[in-house]
Amino acid sequence: MNQTKRLSRFNITSLVLGLAFLYLPIVILVIYSFNASRLVTVWGGWSLRWYADFFNDRAMLDAAWMSLRVAAVSATLATGLGTLAAVALSRGERFRGRTLFSGMLYAPLVMPEVITGLSLLLLFVALNAERGFWTVTIAHTTLTMCFVTVVVQSRLGKLDRSLEEAAMDLGCDPLRAFASATLPLILPSIVAGWMLAFTLSLDDVVIASFTTGPGSATLPIRIYSEVRLGVKPQINAICTLVLALITVVIVAASLATKLTSTRGESAAPL
Amino acid sequence: MTDEPAKSEPPSEAVAEPGKAAPEAGAADIPLLRIDAVVKQFGGFRAVDRVSLDIGAGEFFALLGPSGCGKTTLLRMLAGFETPDEGRILLDGWDIAALLPHERPVNMMFQNYALFPHLSVRDNIAFGLKRAGMPASGIATRVAEMIALVKLEGLEQRKPDQLSGGQKQRVALARALARRPRILLLDEPLAALDKKLRESTQAELMALQRRLGTTFIVVTHDQDEAMTMADRIGVMDSGRLEQVAKPRELYEAPASRWIAGFVGDINLFEGQIEPRESSRLAMAPRLTITTRDAGTVYVAEPRHPVTRTNVSVAIRPEKIKLSRHGPVPNEENAQAINRLEGVVTDVGYLGGFTTYKVKLDSGAVLRSSMANTARIDVDAYSRSQRVVAWFTPDDCLVLEQ
Repeated sequence: MNQTKRLSRFNITSLVLGLAFLYLPIVILVIYSFNASRLVTVWGGWSLRWYADFFNDRAMLDAAWMSLRVAAVSATLATGLGTLAAVALSRGERFRGRTLFSGMLYAPLVMPEVITGLSLLLLFVALNAERGFWTVTIAHTTLTMCFVTVVVQSRLGKLDRSLEEAAMDLGCDPLRAFASATLPLILPSIVAGWMLAFTLSLDDVVIASFTTGPGSATLPIRIYSEVRLGVKPQINAICTLVLALITVVIVAASLATKLTSTRGESAAPL
Repeated sequence: MTDEPAKSEPPSEAVAEPGKAAPEAGAADIPLLRIDAVVKQFGGFRAVDRVSLDIGAGEFFALLGPSGCGKTTLLRMLAGFETPDEGRILLDGWDIAALLPHERPVNMMFQNYALFPHLSVRDNIAFGLKRAGMPASGIATRVAEMIALVKLEGLEQRKPDQLSGGQKQRVALARALARRPRILLLDEPLAALDKKLRESTQAELMALQRRLGTTFIVVTHDQDEAMTMADRIGVMDSGRLEQVAKPRELYEAPASRWIAGFVGDINLFEGQIEPRESSRLAMAPRLTITTRDAGTVYVAEPRHPVTRTNVSVAIRPEKIKLSRHGPVPNEENAQAINRLEGVVTDVGYLGGFTTYKVKLDSGAVLRSSMANTARIDVDAYSRSQRVVAWFTPDDCLVLEQ
């Protein structure tokens, strides 16, 4: 195993080029966010002025706060509904229209976001709902719920059904059996589903721009409209912050999953 | 191990009360468990077909059958995971058929053990006691008692994935017994263990059952396991309960050809009962049966009268003796000994005994097995050797079904 084949020149080159293609733009973005120059493309030395700029920009901060709230609330709603759907699909009796139900559930995965956004816009207009925080949140919940369902259902499918039966046999009613035998074991996937929903909501432009109203722009919409007037160095700083937040969330999620799994399932040395 | 037998203690609060249905009238002699004409269908398929069965307190009962015979479905109905479509399940005379699993004073040991992977050995065993609302001190005592009972001292803090197969099996057993169930259901309890471990665990299960006095109902497809452990065995096939008998009776007096073939090896010869002649000699009553493959066979008169004339004669392989010449037939033993001649075609040496296949002159194949009682065996036969196979009328069975 230790005698790994030495990488050939070709392999090294393609690896470097591939990674560079993926990550160089991001690295450049991060570096330029610390640029002191007013011009985006000209390096003027290190500075934190654009970060300070952002924290003084009331409108940007509002948009960021709006985005975080939308992401948190819609991720929570989507996790609740998505988990219920996953349980219904993998545990429930074979009800009529089950195939149709699962098909409809997965449709948003492949549905063009423009269509989802437009149809939701039409719905909100028809309902005469005031567009703003709640319309975006509901739209994001419909978008991200199916992702949670996929993640949770794959975990549920691997789980031994007799665990729940054992809990019932040992004195739990069906609900308690689920809570005490199944829930602790699918919790990592529920957490992972929440994180996924959170990040999906955080970076969505299309659906949000269809369903949001005046005065309640999310951060990506705000950034997008700023960029149309020309890229300001401040945008780099904001993007770096969002990047940092998402990195932290993902690392936390994978750590949480790893911790739970070593505690619970994986084979530990005797 | 604690020396006090658990059955002398009063029934604990951990045992749920049976349902609200009124007990049967005349409850003087009701069995612990009565399964009454129970039917379970899945779609159009009858998994369990009108099974009726009584199981007494303290009994070790085995449900034996090939896979898909409905034995596990029956067990799951006793545990409460399935509800019978028809019929009743009476525990102490109370109908528990409609109760949910957690409402029954019955616990189950699952085939794959179903241990909670996120809980330690101690918490797995304590799980059912906590649910029963037992005080913490009571739980600690009971868990310690259970751990001693299944000899798992020192492993209390381990997680299931840190245990060997045999240890997991013990935890599952301790967890199922912790609530002191009236009946313990065991679904293929030894299937996941290797052969040596299985044998020692069989003995331990039997000893445990005797100590606790709990009724055990075990589901298995392994006839040796059922024969070794159980007081009585119920054989199931295609959803029906074919025979309920003690192991010896099941082997020596199977109720049908199917059971005779399922439980152990057997030689079957189709034949017709000849009309009874006036007995020329004062002998034990016996039937004369003309078979297609084995000629005329004399069979001891069965205990219950035979109603049909087309029957099967069944002889277990170990009842058939091989020899070079066989007992010399004469006037006296003509009807006391059945002789068949043939050629040995197959020899299987299995250590403790040897199995032979003998091709009879009629073309039929007879199986015989003989214990290797001597180290240097003068009675060993080799292939293509001509032998006489003989057996007495008492060794034969008449099967009508």
